Amino acid sequence: MRDAKTFYEVFREQGISRRSFNKFCSLTAASLGLGPAFAPRIAHAMETKPRTPVIWMNGLECTCCSESFIRSGHPLASDVVLSMLSLDYSHVLMAAAGHQAEAALEETRRDHAGKYILAVEGNPPLNEDGMFCIVGGRPFIEQLQEMAEGAAAVVAWGSCASNGCVQAARPNPTQATPIHKVIKGKPIIKVPGCPPIAEVMTGVLTYMLTFDRIPPLDRLGRPEMFYGQRIHDKCYRRPHFDAGQFAEAWDDEGSRKGYCLYKMGCRGPTTYNACSTVRWNDGVSFPIQSGHGCIGCSEENFWDNGPFYDRLATVHTPLGVESNADRIGTAAAGVIGTAIAAHAAASALSRARKKPGEYATSDQ
Amino acid sequence: MANSEATEKRRGFFANLERHATEEPSPAAKVYVYEAPLRLWHWVNALCLVVLCVTGYLIGKPPPSVGGEASFSYVFGYIRLVHFAAGQILMVAFIYRLAWAFLGNHHAHQLFLTPFWSPKWWGEVFHELRWYFFLEKVPKKYIGHNPLAQFSMFFLFLLPLLNGIVTGGALYAEGAGTDSWWFSAFGWVFSVYGDSFSVHTIHRITMWVITCFAMVHVYVAFREDIMSRQSLVSTMVSGWRYFKDDRE
Repeated sequence: MRDAKTFYEVFREQGISRRSFNKFCSLTAASLGLGPAFAPRIAHAMETKPRTPVIWMNGLECTCCSESFIRSGHPLASDVVLSMLSLDYSHVLMAAAGHQAEAALEETRRDHAGKYILAVEGNPPLNEDGMFCIVGGRPFIEQLQEMAEGAAAVVAWGSCASNGCVQAARPNPTQATPIHKVIKGKPIIKVPGCPPIAEVMTGVLTYMLTFDRIPPLDRLGRPEMFYGQRIHDKCYRRPHFDAGQFAEAWDDEGSRKGYCLYKMGCRGPTTYNACSTVRWNDGVSFPIQSGHGCIGCSEENFWDNGPFYDRLATVHTPLGVESNADRIGTAAAGVIGTAIAAHAAASALSRARKKPGEYATSDQ
Repeated sequence: MANSEATEKRRGFFANLERHATEEPSPAAKVYVYEAPLRLWHWVNALCLVVLCVTGYLIGKPPPSVGGEASFSYVFGYIRLVHFAAGQILMVAFIYRLAWAFLGNHHAHQLFLTPFWSPKWWGEVFHELRWYFFLEKVPKKYIGHNPLAQFSMFFLFLLPLLNGIVTGGALYAEGAGTDSWWFSAFGWVFSVYGDSFSVHTIHRITMWVITCFAMVHVYVAFREDIMSRQSLVSTMVSGWRYFKDDRE
């Protein structure tokens, strides 16, 4: 951790060729949407800058972010970015354990104060003084806030850290809380998804490490280059949507012909992510391509906006009855329609019972 | 006429607001209430809402699929186009209506300004409620909206309409892109209501609220036209309010 080696030196030590290094730089520039002129700048930065330590912490989560990350599509990217990370502390990947590991964390916090990037996977539960997630004998929330204090920037990996995810689903018994609500005064980059796409994760880290600044963020704090458009906007099934061709069942003709999955509850139109462009597993496929609608895993509240296979979300009414917008609407319109008919009948009756002219002359 | 204008000025804005929203004991036989620009807005707005509700319903629940190559048809595209066009006309019309609240006569700002502070006004809200429950035999005379109508206009029409406009603008902004002026104007909606899917749900509930309002609105307009002491339906066509009797 105390070395001042550049990224490039570290890569070469790992046996990565100059050619592979250049390929990585141009691929990264392309995936960040920066254009070919930026590849040499990335290379230059990596050759001259001492590497920035990255601390990876795990709170209440399922480790799918780590699993996605280590499968970063381009094989080189995984090698390279893993060598950038401080493996002194990462629950999933570190060699050390117990007190040794906690000591390493403390050392990084002391020696690189104000310089390291804190990557957080998962979130802290706040109920019962944080007792639902204990790391090294202490509530995770304490460790998180301590490490955030000395960080240059914080990366929120996945929907847990960014939005709360399934452990924050109603009624959220552990009071799992996204990290931006407990960390103040530090720039936080949200990389939502359950998990986020591997290339998106490595892309965001590479951007920060090489340019020494955080990527441009949208109003929710997500990097614009990956979360600037909805899956729907770049979906290859979009022409079927515009034409009005929808799959109506999982085994119907439309489904076989690859029609739009909108009616089957696909969340593509409401989900900001890069799945339809970057895709998964080295660009092999993504959920819609494999015939299943998007469930909107990178969106806030996706866990409560069910059911996944219906266009309209369940609406929790005050009476505790679960319904959706259309059922509530038709019920309300039905009740009002009936009331209008009854009221009209009563009005007609009360008018008929009056003698003609009575109303206009008597003054009650 | 000049005399009454001077009285009006002397009373002050808020006192006049209350006076215009409450009972008018002995009005002239007919009063010019709704000026032409306001009537035009009413009918443009009504037409837009009908188109928006029908196309909006279909956007949430699309019609059965069309066959053939995707490049041969644009059915859903046209449904959305009509929805967006009607929505944008409604938005422009609403801005025009807001401006008319300042430019028009004193009835033009009744939709936006309700005298919630006035006990007399609240008393007449309950009087009107009793009239609808057949507990009052004689309704009061009003040149503008009656207090119950004004109350409903504010909570069941104006606020849902505004909600529909901002959530609709936000959803349109998503398609226009996060770098569009639409997003600069309506992106804040996502900070209020959260994720895009929740905004869709709220937009749809708003559609149903406005549908319910329209049903009651049409019924009550016809009923009052027959049963109350003033004209209703023809007033929104001609602008003139006719009173059926000259009693207090």
